[in-house]
Amino acid sequence: MIELRDVHKSFGENHVLRGVNLKVRKGESVVVIGGSGSGKSVLLKHIIGLLKPDRGSVIVGSTDLSQLDEEGLNEIRKRFGMLFQSSALFDSMTVWENVGFGLKRHTRLSDSEIKKIAIQKLGMVGLVGVEDLMPSELSGGMRKRVGLARAIAMEPEILLYDEPTTGLDPIMADAVNDLIIKMRETLHVTSVTITHDMKSAYKIADTIAMLYNGVIVASGPPGEIRNTPDPVVRQFIEGRAEGPIVLEGIIR
Amino acid sequence: MEKPAEGLGRFILLFCAVLKGMARPPFEARNIIRQMLEIGVNSLPVVLITAVFTGMVLALQGYTGFKRFGAEGLVGSVVALSMTRELGPVLSALIVTGRAGAAMAAELGTMRVTEQIDALETLATNPVKYLIVPRFLSGMVMLPALTVVTDIIGILGGYFVTVTLLGTSSKSYLRATWNFLQVQDIYVGLTKACFFGAAFTLISCYKGFYTRGGAEGVGRATTGAVVFSSMTILISDYFLSAWLF
Repeated sequence: MIELRDVHKSFGENHVLRGVNLKVRKGESVVVIGGSGSGKSVLLKHIIGLLKPDRGSVIVGSTDLSQLDEEGLNEIRKRFGMLFQSSALFDSMTVWENVGFGLKRHTRLSDSEIKKIAIQKLGMVGLVGVEDLMPSELSGGMRKRVGLARAIAMEPEILLYDEPTTGLDPIMADAVNDLIIKMRETLHVTSVTITHDMKSAYKIADTIAMLYNGVIVASGPPGEIRNTPDPVVRQFIEGRAEGPIVLEGIIR
Repeated sequence: MEKPAEGLGRFILLFCAVLKGMARPPFEARNIIRQMLEIGVNSLPVVLITAVFTGMVLALQGYTGFKRFGAEGLVGSVVALSMTRELGPVLSALIVTGRAGAAMAAELGTMRVTEQIDALETLATNPVKYLIVPRFLSGMVMLPALTVVTDIIGILGGYFVTVTLLGTSSKSYLRATWNFLQVQDIYVGLTKACFFGAAFTLISCYKGFYTRGGAEGVGRATTGAVVFSSMTILISDYFLSAWLF
């Protein structure tokens, strides 16, 4: 369904991705783990074509994203939904206008029909009676849910989650994990999540892949990753400061 | 730190993207109307106050100077020519830049740092077309409209000082205004206003759209938008005046 082949990306002198290879099968939930600044978000942005690789290719279905012009890219993006770390709700619009944004732009539905669908999607993520509020009136957890409702409004085949549990309390984080699982079960979507929250990774992943030094250093089912002897992965999943992973700018 | 050549290149590319966005549907009518209200209607009070006092001070200074060689009767024409050719477009542009240009840079900058612009793209929406084209078009249309208002209110301000406060006859003020004012003067002023409208919106949007670095970046973008737009307006004013003379 999604394949990254030898993807390289640099920003100035900073060579962030150094040959990433990753395959995501249809219906699979892949979680990419890695430290802050390891390039996880950059990787995710390549999958939806927000960034173009300097070298290598990103294939979605049978289409190489680098071969597409802007219109082609927009067509393929309609098959995606993305939940942003900061939720990225449009703060000049109400909650239902946010959720219905894609429908408004890409369908001929009337405002009242769009609002009806938005309310239904909000219900799917456990929100009732918030449709006429502004994003600034919502809590962090509610904003995440609205972001998720917006991501699923166009009934996408692929959902991308950028740090879905970051900034939430443990209970809300677990509720978001449950929602991610629910989305996969009810909508049968393929999903790619990036996170450094191991509890979340174990719960929602079919496959966990670890990004380190710009490449995928380990990949496998949660059970396999949990018991890996690889010292880099072990240090990360156990959350230890001591080990082979060098923390940038920290003197020990 | 961005190199000047890199910034200029990106600015030109953005300008090309705006032109391309203007040529193709969908035409964001709702956004265009919203921006026209923001740039035009909401700027009206501050533009009106500036225009009336500028017209008044022009008349006062003109009267003081011209009285020395007995030419008080020409105050009306000085006010009319200064307002239509120069002060109408330039002052409106500077005020709207301070108001709407700063707001544009701050809004787009905040949208950039909170990933709202990325979100637009993931929702298969071209952000240049959705956010920048409506602002650019509104700037080009509303600044000439504001200039017309500024011209009229400035001339009325001059009338108030010359006729009501300084006691010149109404007839001679109006005669001096109409006799010397030509269509060319209004055309020059409106052409400038149209150019200034395009320039300040494009610069402000550029600064906001490419904001980096959180709240500080938004602040920098906003300041940069006002400074660069104002400089561009003042510098290009000379060249446009020389060209359209």
